[in-house]
Amino acid sequence: MTEFDALGHARDAVERRAAQRGWRPGMRESALFDRDAIHEIQRAAREGIYDIRGFGAKRQVPHFDDLLFLGASMSRYPLEGYRERCDTDVALGTRQASKPIELAIPITIAGMSFGALSAPAKEALGRGASATGTSTTTGDGGMTPEEREHSKLLVYQLLPSRYGMNPDDLRRADAIEIVVGQGAKPGGGGVLLGQKVSDRVADMRDLPTGIDQRSACRHPDWTGPDDLEIKIHELREITDWEKPIFVKVGATRPYFDVALAVKSGADVVVLDGMQGGTAATQEVFIEHVGIPTLAAIPPAVEALQDLGMHREVQLVVSGGIRSGADVAKALALGADAASIGVAAIVAIGDNSPELEDGYAELGTSAGFYDDWHEGRDPAGISTQDDALAARFDPHLGGRRLANYLRTMVLEAQTIARACGKSHVLNLEPEDLVALTVEAAAMARVPLAGTGWVPGAAAPSGPQPPATTG
Amino acid sequence: MSRSGGGLEAEEVDLARTPLRELNAELHALGDDDRRRWRVLNPRGAHAVAAGIDAPVEVEIDGHAGYYCAGMNKRATVRVRGNSGVGLAENIMSGTVIVEGNASQSAGATGHGGLVLIRGNASARCGISMKGVDIVVQGSVGHLSAFMAQKGRLVVCGDAGEALGDSIYEARLYVRGEVESLGADCVEKEMRDEHLAELRDLLQRAEVEDCSPEDFRRYGSARRLYNYEIDDAGTY
Repeated sequence: MTEFDALGHARDAVERRAAQRGWRPGMRESALFDRDAIHEIQRAAREGIYDIRGFGAKRQVPHFDDLLFLGASMSRYPLEGYRERCDTDVALGTRQASKPIELAIPITIAGMSFGALSAPAKEALGRGASATGTSTTTGDGGMTPEEREHSKLLVYQLLPSRYGMNPDDLRRADAIEIVVGQGAKPGGGGVLLGQKVSDRVADMRDLPTGIDQRSACRHPDWTGPDDLEIKIHELREITDWEKPIFVKVGATRPYFDVALAVKSGADVVVLDGMQGGTAATQEVFIEHVGIPTLAAIPPAVEALQDLGMHREVQLVVSGGIRSGADVAKALALGADAASIGVAAIVAIGDNSPELEDGYAELGTSAGFYDDWHEGRDPAGISTQDDALAARFDPHLGGRRLANYLRTMVLEAQTIARACGKSHVLNLEPEDLVALTVEAAAMARVPLAGTGWVPGAAAPSGPQPPATTG
Repeated sequence: MSRSGGGLEAEEVDLARTPLRELNAELHALGDDDRRRWRVLNPRGAHAVAAGIDAPVEVEIDGHAGYYCAGMNKRATVRVRGNSGVGLAENIMSGTVIVEGNASQSAGATGHGGLVLIRGNASARCGISMKGVDIVVQGSVGHLSAFMAQKGRLVVCGDAGEALGDSIYEARLYVRGEVESLGADCVEKEMRDEHLAELRDLLQRAEVEDCSPEDFRRYGSARRLYNYEIDDAGTY
């Protein structure tokens, strides 16, 4: 045991005793140096390295919770639930691909690598998505045969690392997603710590087993949108112009990034907000780089509209999607589909209370577990340990994911019908109001009960009367 | 598309008259027993010429090629009688790609197998993220060549620019001339008999006759960055 370990144990014991004693009046916690901030300073002083973890941003930022739908009223009528149709199908890649993807539901499964996830976990994602008519996405580590087999629609990512990239899998894919960035870490590469680089993972990535595997943050053979246009052209040539080409960006400068992706020839733009998950990234990156999903959608949609490409180039939004309400709000702001990562992992069994004993052994608790990079997941999802992975049932996981996706679709339809829409894509910003000034400014919808859209240029013509509370 | 008869004569495709899409579609449709030799006229720097082939054919490009020439090549032999643009033979899986002139940045990037042979010089990032490809450059290579190179061999008969082999994994680098500087975790290594033998074989396959394996130095990973240690943070 090192000196630092001994200090760590001593500190844990003190904390345990403090928790047993509980709070007493006079024990005032600093809002600035709260227990998390103090804990992090002590951890950094002990370990001398930044904290790496999985999951997405945990801080509170303006989000879909800050929006409400208005629903139908005197001036518009709703649709009957269960009886009147409210369609949910979406086609991705209609701009240039000869074989666009036809989704039955407007929710896709985001890119998560074999390596980050176990083989049975990837299988469960494929089973759940295929059962509901939607797509899954590979990740930084290539395409596994199991994944291809269990996913009716599979999006193949082209990442800076190009681990496992090959033309056969490109042709086997249903779409190609060029990853420029992701919401959890715009501007960052990847990391897969040695304990998860098993023989199979190492072989797929052409690396030695057990080393800390770093993925580059920039693509090796193109820089900037002019090159990207040529790169997209090459991928189209290699795949004979069949596959939709997605470009995924982390939310930072969405107006320009989306415009440049369109200019580069993308069929679909995937926009991942800062709440988007990751298997392993520095906490400082997750919490402090990128902008919230809510703030990113309106500028992205504006860019598409300015180019006359809204609905021609589809916009897929991810980062903090948890429910059918979140999906409906993303669509109402102008997205064509939403994508889930963390939520899908939770749906198949991550952070399940049934595994509390396993989480306790890791010093955490169900609902808080985020050390996905360590490969010790008691659920057998974020691991490459065969014994742990064997605990996970891909059939049950797939079933749970299908249930969850269907629930979200029903929720989105419920809202869309209430707003009088016969297709979820008919939801529009006009259906929304915001609960906070911040959300109103970001989403560019009025603060509830007012006509006020903070930051919007004052209209020059006659103004609609502001509703008074 | 002009057909120039059977036998050993090459099928000629003139890109001044035939769209690139038509050329690549024909090349992709080739089976193992189809016409073996193709000649591309007037490439005029077109991008993605002969990209995505998977057949044991020979394609000769009569002029300069643009970006991603012979990208993701499998089994074919593609020869450029001119210079080539960015990303020559990127992600090559197998086969051989030869450029008689110079190659721009990221030649052989992420290649998994096969041989890339550049008779002239290669620009920056030659062999970046290479994953098993062999690259032989008869001239010199630019900065950051073999960046994060994972597997395969890079042979440079001339000089190498700054930060050669930065963050390198298991690829082996052989340079005959000067190395301006080595990147993070890249070190000179002992040239043992097995290395001389593999280098001799590579030079022979590349038909490079005026270089002797004994004139080269070998570089590779010190493997200090394989598992993170805080005290190495300054090395990055």
